[in-house]
Amino acid sequence: MPEFDFPPGQHLVFTVASLSNYLREMLETDEILRDVWVRGEISNFSQPRSGHLYFTLKDNEAQLRCVMWKGQTFRLRFNPKDGQSVEVHGAMSFYPAGGNVQLYVDEMQPVGEGQLYQEFLRLKARLEAEGLFAPELKRPLPRFPRRIGVVTSPSGAALQDILNTLRRRLPLARVTLAPTAVQGADAPAGIVRGIHDLNALPDLDLIIVARGGGSIEDLWSFNDEAVAYAIRASRVPVISGVGHETDFTIADFAADLRAPTPTAAAELATPITTTDLSAEIVSISQRMNLALNTMIVTLRQDLLLAENRLQRHSPAQRVRTFLQYQDETRERLERAMNHYLSQHRLKLQNQIARLESVSPAAVLRRGFAIITDAQTHQVISRRGQTSPNQPIQIQLSDGKIAARISGDNP
Amino acid sequence: MTKQATPNFEAAFASLQQIITQLENSELPLEEALKLYEEGKRLSDICSQLLETAQLRMETLSANPATPDGEQA
Repeated sequence: MPEFDFPPGQHLVFTVASLSNYLREMLETDEILRDVWVRGEISNFSQPRSGHLYFTLKDNEAQLRCVMWKGQTFRLRFNPKDGQSVEVHGAMSFYPAGGNVQLYVDEMQPVGEGQLYQEFLRLKARLEAEGLFAPELKRPLPRFPRRIGVVTSPSGAALQDILNTLRRRLPLARVTLAPTAVQGADAPAGIVRGIHDLNALPDLDLIIVARGGGSIEDLWSFNDEAVAYAIRASRVPVISGVGHETDFTIADFAADLRAPTPTAAAELATPITTTDLSAEIVSISQRMNLALNTMIVTLRQDLLLAENRLQRHSPAQRVRTFLQYQDETRERLERAMNHYLSQHRLKLQNQIARLESVSPAAVLRRGFAIITDAQTHQVISRRGQTSPNQPIQIQLSDGKIAARISGDNP
Repeated sequence: MTKQATPNFEAAFASLQQIITQLENSELPLEEALKLYEEGKRLSDICSQLLETAQLRMETLSANPATPDGEQA
């Protein structure tokens, strides 16, 4: 109690409400009372329409009122009833309206589960210390598993969930079941054998170790160190899908990937679905068309460039050059020839002139004439060759005339 | 690239991916590219067909000694 300083003879008087509040504060701030586990037997259990649970926990010597709000009850994995031995966790407080001290419960489990849980924590700590859960041990999953091993019960819902999921996502896959019990004393050995047997298949890509939801006892086979070692010894990656989302088992920690449920395990095992594959095939077809079109367009451009270059180096150009040269040459030749000819023509004319000056024709033009016998055509150059009345021809410069010797020689 | 007698999706798909890589990344002669293209078309048809007709296959390893498994389907 806090100390109060009052004059002697006077009392501090609380109202009921203020004392109740004070009591509540005391209880709610107490280190032990605000976070406490209590074991006892349920009695006076009731669950009104509100959904909250009201009950009394008792043992041989005492009893304690308990409330569990509706919001906390979803985590219960059993139906509490009168006479059941349970362990509850919660915080103590005072309920002023009812005038009672009570425990506000946030967790409740049957007696025994607490022990199992401690055992679980000890095993987990030990295997963790051994390095069995080390992140660097986790292997990557194949993106496209062809053969998937499943270790589970052949009659369980987990198998059907896995098969349905695989059928929907990747029906190309081949599933090999290693049937085993998944609860009971023989289950851990069966699970270990299943993992071992599946590893003997050379073309196996992946193993799913699965079980549907259940109580902590039901899932206990997956909290076995032999199962954990078998998972780590597996040649191929192992996905665990045990129980529900809130359940964690040793197998989950040892696995390369923990899936919250068997269905989720099958989904995580098939990152690529047939839908993805179909889309990829369509995409590849389009890329093939594009690649080929690009190639053809490029080749066409190359061809065009080659044609241009060919034209630049074509013989036709050289022929044109040659023809031009030929034309020029011909002109030069003609000029040279004309020059030559005119030179020689001049020379020839001179010679002709000189020749003419000595020719008989030139003599005739100066007044001389040539007389020939009209019959014998012999030139008459002496008297003796003539006789009276002899017909003769006189050659003048511009022609011949006929004549006759007239008479006696003078 | 070897032709599969019985078409196998993984092999066909791997070949298809190889073909598109070759078509996209290398300086192929046109004739060879056309051959690859034809082969690619063939493979993509096979792959699509296999995807459409795929049925999940399951087999069971010889069972462990029968034990009650408690879990109900």
